[in-house]
Amino acid sequence: MRTAFIETLNELADQDSRVCLIVGDLGFSIIEAFAEKHPDQFVNAGVSEQNMIGLAVGMALTGKIVFTYSIGNFGTLRCLEQIRNDVCYHRANVKVVAVGGGLGYGNLGVTHHASEDVAIMRALPNMTVVAPGDPIEARLATRAVVAHDGPAYLRLGKAGEPVVHTTQPDFELGRALTLREGSDVTLIASGGMLATADKVAKDIAAQGIGVRLLSMHTVKPIDREAVTRAATETRYVFTLEEHSIEGGLGGAVAEVMAEMDSGHAPLKRIGLRPEFNTTVGDQNYLKSLHGLDHESVLKTIQQIIARSYGRVG
Amino acid sequence: MSADHRASDDELRALARKLRSHSLRMISQAKTSHIGSCLSVADILAVLYGRILRVDPKRPAWPSRDRLIVSKGHAAAIVYAAVAEAGFMPVERLAEFARNGGQLYGHVTHGGVPGIEMSSGSLGHGLPVGTGMALTGKRAGEPWRVFVVMSDGELDEGSNWEAMLFACHHQLDNLTIIIDYNKIQSLDWVDKTLRLEPLADKFRAFGWSVREVDGHDVKELSSALGTLPLEGGKPNAIIAHTVKGKGVSWMEGKVLWHYKQPTPDELITALAEVAAS
Repeated sequence: MRTAFIETLNELADQDSRVCLIVGDLGFSIIEAFAEKHPDQFVNAGVSEQNMIGLAVGMALTGKIVFTYSIGNFGTLRCLEQIRNDVCYHRANVKVVAVGGGLGYGNLGVTHHASEDVAIMRALPNMTVVAPGDPIEARLATRAVVAHDGPAYLRLGKAGEPVVHTTQPDFELGRALTLREGSDVTLIASGGMLATADKVAKDIAAQGIGVRLLSMHTVKPIDREAVTRAATETRYVFTLEEHSIEGGLGGAVAEVMAEMDSGHAPLKRIGLRPEFNTTVGDQNYLKSLHGLDHESVLKTIQQIIARSYGRVG
Repeated sequence: MSADHRASDDELRALARKLRSHSLRMISQAKTSHIGSCLSVADILAVLYGRILRVDPKRPAWPSRDRLIVSKGHAAAIVYAAVAEAGFMPVERLAEFARNGGQLYGHVTHGGVPGIEMSSGSLGHGLPVGTGMALTGKRAGEPWRVFVVMSDGELDEGSNWEAMLFACHHQLDNLTIIIDYNKIQSLDWVDKTLRLEPLADKFRAFGWSVREVDGHDVKELSSALGTLPLEGGKPNAIIAHTVKGKGVSWMEGKVLWHYKQPTPDELITALAEVAAS
């Protein structure tokens, strides 16, 4: 996803000299081409995330469209108050980008696990939170946040995420993409879990269950209509995210469903347990410990369907 | 003051008295804090608005304006007074200060207040933003400049030192900070809290050009601020030695007046002292 992002940003910077990139001394082997091609639109702020966000705001308030680039939690939590007060309060045209959302830097340690970032960014007024589901969405999301005048958080995977979309989707911030229609259950995925959700949806569909699959690439503002329809037109809603089950996609969907006037389907949030990891593991290993690998997700969903409807066992 | 009007020394002193009087009334009536911090920065703001800043109150968003960020957002009362006296908004609006239903919050707020570039209130935010503005201006070869007014206690915040490294590295000589060095921070004297001295040496070691001035002397302030950049290729640090509570004898140098507001009776004597100063 990060390659899709930087290639798209390079194209955008070619077309619009206002598009700038500030990195927090990270992005080895990713950002060099941008820096060489657009030296006047590039800055390495050094290892100083608070200043990086402040610089971005100052540049944005003087007419630039500024991307900040860092990994894990560094570009969000280290400088959270700068993002709240300086970016969001001033509606500055700053796009905060984090690579390695979730467990992308799994075996580097808990400091590098971005597991609460969506919840925290989502709580900020004026912030748009986007977690594209595959490289195609990452390209479209990068273009969309540039076209959007105001703050955005772009949460990317690291590298090697599979392409899920078979056709070019009609991407719009705040509107879920429907990858599969069905009337029994709905899977709502954000970020890199879209690929897993897609496979699981195919497996369940093969067993005769009607599965709706939504890519909720924009977690804020959440597509309330898509959630409401899923909760009324299908009989169970599952959210899938590589993020704590508290406050992220699952939290956002739960908030919408809890305030529905009429009855709605039950909800199961599939995501990271809200705790610090204590076992070393790479992304896939840790995901399996949290039940986020393909087999575990399939099993979780099948068990719930069997318990609820007795159709799959 | 508009870009084409440059005040005389006496006019600057008169403006500083007005700003002090406004902020005393505002803080007394709203029963808020930070009068000491307003009084110490009065002459700095008077010189900036009266003589230095190229701004146009009729066009607050004029692209070629100088940018002023007051990072010590707790001095909001006197900052609003300064933009009102400069003509950005009616002086009558100062009555909104910290009042229900108004727009003039107790810390510097940009929303609905023309002439305010940036909201502040949490310390250590202004310099990084000002540095980003200066980078834009420098890269584009723009003539406009960036000024950031900071407190001494604010220098405890690490974010400022990140920005100082950056501004030096990128040779942002279009960036000027003015430290309102009134020697008292929130709970106690700076020297008893986190010592800043030798402060000028710290700035020099960070690659900044430094000038120390009497922050209550309009001539000294004007001389330093009127000859920018102090050295080509270096960002500018003006260390303005000030007195917390300056202009009201019984407020001067007292931590208490970081918090307390003058009673109606105290306000009368304070205003009289300011008028006679």
